[in-house]
Amino acid sequence: MSDLRELYQQLILDHNKNPRNFRVLDPADRFAEGYNPLCGDKVEVYLQLHGDRIKDIGFQGSGCAISKASASLMTETIKGKTLGESETYFKDFQAMLTDPSSNLGLDQMGKLFAFFGVRDYPTRIKCATLSWHALRAAMDDVQTPITTER
Amino acid sequence: MSSPLDILTLQPPEPAARPAPPFDVRRIRADFPILGQQVQGQPLVYLDNGATAQKPRAVIDALSHYYTDQNANVHRGVHHLSQIATDAYEAARRKVATFINAASDREIIFVRGTTEGINLIAQTFGREQIGEGDEIIITEMEHHSNIVPWWMLCREKGAKLRVIPMNDRGELCLDTYQTLFTSRTKLVSIIHISNVLGTVNPVREIVQIAHAHGVPVHIDGAQAVPHQRVDVRALGCEFYTFSGHKMFAPTGIGVLYGSETYLDTMPPYQGGGSMIQSVDFDNITYGNLPNKFEAGTPNIAGSIGLGAAIDYLNSIDFDGAAKYEANLLEYAHDVLRGVPDLKMLGTAECKVGVLSFTLSDIHPHDVGTILDQAGVAVRAGHHCAQPVMKHYDIPAATRASLSFYNTREDIDALVSGLHTVRKIFG
Repeated sequence: MSDLRELYQQLILDHNKNPRNFRVLDPADRFAEGYNPLCGDKVEVYLQLHGDRIKDIGFQGSGCAISKASASLMTETIKGKTLGESETYFKDFQAMLTDPSSNLGLDQMGKLFAFFGVRDYPTRIKCATLSWHALRAAMDDVQTPITTER
Repeated sequence: MSSPLDILTLQPPEPAARPAPPFDVRRIRADFPILGQQVQGQPLVYLDNGATAQKPRAVIDALSHYYTDQNANVHRGVHHLSQIATDAYEAARRKVATFINAASDREIIFVRGTTEGINLIAQTFGREQIGEGDEIIITEMEHHSNIVPWWMLCREKGAKLRVIPMNDRGELCLDTYQTLFTSRTKLVSIIHISNVLGTVNPVREIVQIAHAHGVPVHIDGAQAVPHQRVDVRALGCEFYTFSGHKMFAPTGIGVLYGSETYLDTMPPYQGGGSMIQSVDFDNITYGNLPNKFEAGTPNIAGSIGLGAAIDYLNSIDFDGAAKYEANLLEYAHDVLRGVPDLKMLGTAECKVGVLSFTLSDIHPHDVGTILDQAGVAVRAGHHCAQPVMKHYDIPAATRASLSFYNTREDIDALVSGLHTVRKIFG
């Protein structure tokens, strides 16, 4: 039970229940879709840019608490950041969950550190990273939907 | 020197039929080594039998025995081991034929599983018999394996899928089914028991209606064979497919049953060794049934394992097991009804031990993860049946699927896990 409280922290449960920036941006400068074909989770990410800065970000989709909260916290973190800074967050988030030698902590990750516990649940890592992959596809202007499976 | 025909007649004696002792779940559980395992520090509660069933010791031993003492290729060598392997392989085919009451073991084609069986029908019978403007009838509750092969064929040929709808209890609307037939209907392909809803479809009636229109029928029996006795001749269907691994046999082995009349006239599926009589560069003669549909070295060990699973099912009180399972399903329905905000998806009059549900708006993956921490294994997702999810307007569901080795304690662990889920999600 204590392990589960680590995974399903209050912050994650809150963002699952009340996702932030859960809206379509119209018009959007960039848009990308992400799918997890194994479980049917999907997410859409919308970006409005000002130069190389992400002026606004919105998302839509359906999925588990981990994927929804991850998308929500991602939008909070990324809004107002440059494309370069966002790319760094993408890589750090990925490393935090999948690289055992990573020592990224609360200082670097901020609220995103709430997902640190997901690394103990290998089947759920893709839930947490799906929206980030969609964000990256949007930043790279990838037109076709991306998936978690090769 | 013996001819290949003599080898085929060297049949090992069938085990003498002994009356099975009355079904006793504790004794049955002892036959399945994996059930003694701990998961997350708790006793394993395996409720994902719809995905794959666990294997009895007899099946595991048969695989080990084959590789330890019998391994050789089949239908090729004249040497001792090759004969033994061939005998064991063909004995397994006869066991399958008897198990589903086929008229002949020539009607039993070994495939990888239900999916390959259906693709075989689509790629042989389908490609030859179905053309532009023709129609195939399926149901709203099909597994993707009984949608996608037909959809691909329809795309290729310009044919159409017609779909029998279901009601909210998860029962097919047979009145609508009757109206779907046209002069262009070439095949009816239906699921016997729904992998999501547990509905046991009235397949005999469905076959009779199809036959009244002169249309052949394929039945996807993947979820049926582990739960009830199947008699293909009583059903009257032209094709029946199922997977070994869902009926306590290894993965990678399955069966396509086809009536000899149909199989005989169908073109081969894959080309290669074993499926030919003679080959030169100007002319090739295909082999007889069942070899015509079994190109290449088959899954010999898997077939022997399937034969062992059938022996196992024959050795237990299978009717008693089915009755036990029905009681367990009733118990599960009763106690799950007591979980607040739980909505059961399949409530058909006639169903087997498959319990798919939603729990308020909590996503099934979260439910599955939390249950896993309690050692309870369930399936979470769309269950390869997205049209069923669409019917209920949900992205996914949690599914507990029963086998005769499950107990009331397993169901109680599931319910207790669901209360934990509700507590966490407040």
